Amino acid sequence: MKELLIIAIGSALVNNVVLSQFLGICPFLGVSKKVETAAGMGGAVVFVITIASFVAGLIYKYILVNPAIPGNGDGKLAYLQTIVFILVIACLVQFVEMFLKKGMPSLYQALGVYLPLITTNCAVLGVALTNVQKEYSLLQGVLNGIGTSVGFLIAIVILAGLREKMEYNDISESFRGTPIVLITSALMAIAFFGFSGLI
Amino acid sequence: MSVTGIIIAAIIVGGTGLFIGVFLGFAGKKFAVEVDEREEAILGVLPGNNCGGCGYAGCSGLASAIVKGEAEVGGCPVGGAPVAAKIGEIMGQEAGAQVHQVAFVKCAGTCDKAGQDYEYHGLGDCVMVNMMQNGGPKSCNYGCIGEGTCVKACPFDAIHVVNGVAIVDKDACKACGKCIAACPRKLIDLVPYEQKHLVQCNNKDKGKDVMKVCSVGCIGCKMCEKVCEAEAVKVLDNISRIDPEKCTNCGACAAKCPKKIIQ
Repeated sequence: MKELLIIAIGSALVNNVVLSQFLGICPFLGVSKKVETAAGMGGAVVFVITIASFVAGLIYKYILVNPAIPGNGDGKLAYLQTIVFILVIACLVQFVEMFLKKGMPSLYQALGVYLPLITTNCAVLGVALTNVQKEYSLLQGVLNGIGTSVGFLIAIVILAGLREKMEYNDISESFRGTPIVLITSALMAIAFFGFSGLI
Repeated sequence: MSVTGIIIAAIIVGGTGLFIGVFLGFAGKKFAVEVDEREEAILGVLPGNNCGGCGYAGCSGLASAIVKGEAEVGGCPVGGAPVAAKIGEIMGQEAGAQVHQVAFVKCAGTCDKAGQDYEYHGLGDCVMVNMMQNGGPKSCNYGCIGEGTCVKACPFDAIHVVNGVAIVDKDACKACGKCIAACPRKLIDLVPYEQKHLVQCNNKDKGKDVMKVCSVGCIGCKMCEKVCEAEAVKVLDNISRIDPEKCTNCGACAAKCPKKIIQ
């Protein structure tokens, strides 16, 4: 139990996916202009990463390192993980979108355009690969996924809040736009470094 | 790596891909949401700015509301009569007469005409300025602040601040209502495009107080009310108001107005 908690908190705060692992920078910078949209993106990411880490874990365990499959003696096919995970994640995002459209239109409306955008979020693939690398069990992998995506949600909402405030600031011309956002996220990364003593 | 290894890898990845393809194909059938054909057609006709002026979340929201019968055929304020007619065709209904409306800023108090209490150097935003002492540097507490919050809100580049007062470009304005919602002083109204004579003031103070702060403020003298034959002009709360439904564009009020603010 304690170990699971350490995984979740560790991936959410200490090894924050954006601020210390530098994954998912694209949506982090791209969709962080307003707190509302940032929260929408973050919510969609939590949703997809949780499911993706579960499904990718299943595939890895029962196909890629399954000795029952011919020619797969001692997990020789594990090198296929990246390409198979990409396939699975893309499929999953599509499927989740279809399912939500039919089953939960209100959630579909709320997530809107951010749902298909997640396909390009490398944090999703990153979590699946980290789970394999650290040899997590299925449950640990899913918890790592939830932790990571909540970390992404925290980071993107904080950045969006800061950017909303910065709208009113008089920033010197050469720093306007992306530069000041990158500097802000660097400062955030330094601040998050303070969590490193937590576990 | 042997040839078998390559073949097995190809089979596994190919198999996964094939499985995913078939799975998504079935899922697409199973979870297909029936979309009314008319909804797609209406969406094609709508301007597609997603401005939200209709009160729905974007053009697709309005399209589905029209199909469900919740919204009027002419629900799109941006498209106006031509779009309403096309949607009416799709829905098989008459569009009805649509009045072409435009936004109008009820203030003519430019920098040289309206007084200033103090100088303001701060954030360029009307909402902020409105919260300053005495409602901002402008002596008149009803008039245009001129920091351009409406300019930022306009999705059609139809409103601009000229000499301290926002002015609507009548031909570019689509009457989406964004600026009306953005203005902290509720200074902007929708008026018919055809109406020529409008009261360019919003100051509800008594005439004497208005004259202190602005040389082009409505003093509520009621000359316009008396001269109007169509009984379209009424002075209420010390401010002249023209009822667009009764107004005949005769121009008598504009000629009589001592402050020349009906134009």
